[in-house]
Amino acid sequence: MKKLLAATAATALLAGFANADEIKIGVILGFTGPLESITPAMAAGAELAMKEVTDSAKLLDGSTVTSIRADSTCVDAAAATAAADRLVTSDKINAIMGADCSGVTGAILANVAVPNGIVMISPSATSPALSTAEDNGLFFRTAPSDARQGEVVRDILKEHGVKSIAITYTNNDYGKGLAEAIQRNWEESGGTVTLSAAHEDGKADYSAEVGALASAGGEVLVVAGYIDQGGSGIVRAALDTGAFDKFYFPDGMVGEKLNTNFGAELNGSMGDYPGTDSPGAAKFQEMASAAGFDGTSAFAPESYDAAALIMLAMEAARSPLSGDFKDKVMDVANAPGEKIYPGELAKALQILDEGGDVDYEGASAVELIGPGESKGNYREIEFIDGQYETVKYH
Amino acid sequence: MDFLNAVVALTNFVLIPATAYGAQLALGALGVTLIYGILRFSNFAHGDTMAFGTALVILITWAMQDRGIQLGPLPTALLALPFGIVLTAGFVLATDRAVYRFYRKQKAAPVILVIVSMGVMFIMNGLTRFIIGVGDIRFDDGERFLVTAGGFKRATGLAEGLAFRSTQALTIVTAVIVVALLFWFLNRTRTGKSMRAFSDNEDLALLSGINPERVVTVTWIIAAGLATIAGTLYGLDKSFKAFNYFQLLLPIFASAIVGGLGNPLGAIAGGFLIAYSEVGFTYAWKKVASYILPESLAPDGLVQLLSTDYKFAVSFAILIVVLLFKPTGLFKGKAV
Repeated sequence: MKKLLAATAATALLAGFANADEIKIGVILGFTGPLESITPAMAAGAELAMKEVTDSAKLLDGSTVTSIRADSTCVDAAAATAAADRLVTSDKINAIMGADCSGVTGAILANVAVPNGIVMISPSATSPALSTAEDNGLFFRTAPSDARQGEVVRDILKEHGVKSIAITYTNNDYGKGLAEAIQRNWEESGGTVTLSAAHEDGKADYSAEVGALASAGGEVLVVAGYIDQGGSGIVRAALDTGAFDKFYFPDGMVGEKLNTNFGAELNGSMGDYPGTDSPGAAKFQEMASAAGFDGTSAFAPESYDAAALIMLAMEAARSPLSGDFKDKVMDVANAPGEKIYPGELAKALQILDEGGDVDYEGASAVELIGPGESKGNYREIEFIDGQYETVKYH
Repeated sequence: MDFLNAVVALTNFVLIPATAYGAQLALGALGVTLIYGILRFSNFAHGDTMAFGTALVILITWAMQDRGIQLGPLPTALLALPFGIVLTAGFVLATDRAVYRFYRKQKAAPVILVIVSMGVMFIMNGLTRFIIGVGDIRFDDGERFLVTAGGFKRATGLAEGLAFRSTQALTIVTAVIVVALLFWFLNRTRTGKSMRAFSDNEDLALLSGINPERVVTVTWIIAAGLATIAGTLYGLDKSFKAFNYFQLLLPIFASAIVGGLGNPLGAIAGGFLIAYSEVGFTYAWKKVASYILPESLAPDGLVQLLSTDYKFAVSFAILIVVLLFKPTGLFKGKAV
């Protein structure tokens, strides 16, 4: 009897596996280069979603999902394209979770994703230029376009009664796109921009940039850069020389490091970063700390959501092939349907399996608009007593 | 009063930052030029030696802070520096034994050694990140400022502030001391003289009984010391990030080449030339001009010679002009 049971169980298992496939999702992020300090948490976020789905054994009759990492370098389009190409042609991935920086994302989209018909969901590329990129319906992002952030920045600065600003931006697709969006919105609403100047990341010295910005003047310095990169260098030099004492920090600059590196020196400064008061964010942070990484790290929630959307769309289309499920991404991300938060992927797969509808909210309150990009939820922050605090949601 | 304001603004935004940056570049360039002069190759691993040495200094600093050892108003890192130098020198010597010595025995062409040093660079690059991570680390403690912008305004009643960080002062003072010691060593001691002899003419030096391995060893120790000092001072003044040290390599080589590769005096002049040109050429004179000129003449624009985007173009333009007219650099280095 025991043997019979075991044999039956084994056959059932085998039968189960016969239908199930191994689904591979490429995680292409800049593990080396200017974003190397935040990409580990991003990849961990995406892989957390994959593990959750694999463990549930509910995706396409118990398929397992494997992550295959590749390095986008963030800055080198040729290296990123080669890495993505390898994933598609030799590892035969089903979809791409990535890339991170706007420049390499555009390059991978044009050179690899579109020619091979692979769906690509970026958690962090925010350049407005990607909204209009030729994508055959394959490209989505769980991060909002910076065109939207430009409006948020204008609103916050107006509320604080600021009249003139100076802008410094990191010299890449992200910084340039964001700086242009801020300047356009700001000038349309009657504000003045005294100077909008680029800075290069990872350089030895920013005295020249700060000197020019100080000469131009302005009430607030908007730093559209990276906290791990030139952005911090600029703020340090501006504070030390007394060039500016009030700053505005868009998303790339907001992080725990602002508190530890500058603290009370920033009192009165403000900023914004993607975020929401939806219950999903808190849930994700809990899951992240249980898994051993920092869930508040920039774009880690968006990475979880990007991977989750890929897998839910596969289930909705009942196919792991990009060509089949690309049309389902918007469906699972938006209403109608039952709201799905992090940790509930098994439930979502069940609903989809039964032919129901889901509205994936995830860790970052995902709602995809227009060409498949997040509508964008931002937290407004202010520095009070050497700490930044969320004062409002936009 | 207005004239004073103009002077203060210029000092605050151009003179002080450029001088401190120049001193940092000069110390880095000295190490590069020393290796080039004596071992006859461009050491691309120098930037990462700086990062490696600084990482060790940071670790030792942390250990000291944990035990409550501090240096009062000065950063604790200064106390950790000698230990960092010893460890870095040990590591660099081990690298020399394991890697460079093999190619030296082969009498490999300089270009091969350059490629070898790139390999060493990548390994050190990875090792540093492995030891201390990729993030941004601040390890300065003690007094941050000698003069703060706000304090200066209050004390003088001027509209412009003047800030002088203690790390900037420290950088300049240490650079002067180190350079003086190095020149004394090279010109006055027996080992220093034998190093210069080896640099000038290897064969003659060997004939006169100079032990080449000893010269090589001393050179590496000095280079490791210079790299650790330069790296630590830079990290104290700005912050430590492994990636930045890799990027620092470019202006350091520009400084060494402008000054004349292989010439220590040239390395110092080159460091300051590159630093002043990066900061000075792209400075917007609007503020200074509006203080000096009568109100009717005050400029609306920024009065900027070049946008700051071009600051690297400026140093490389200088590099090209110098090499066109003086191929061996400002201070007659070795022709490449």
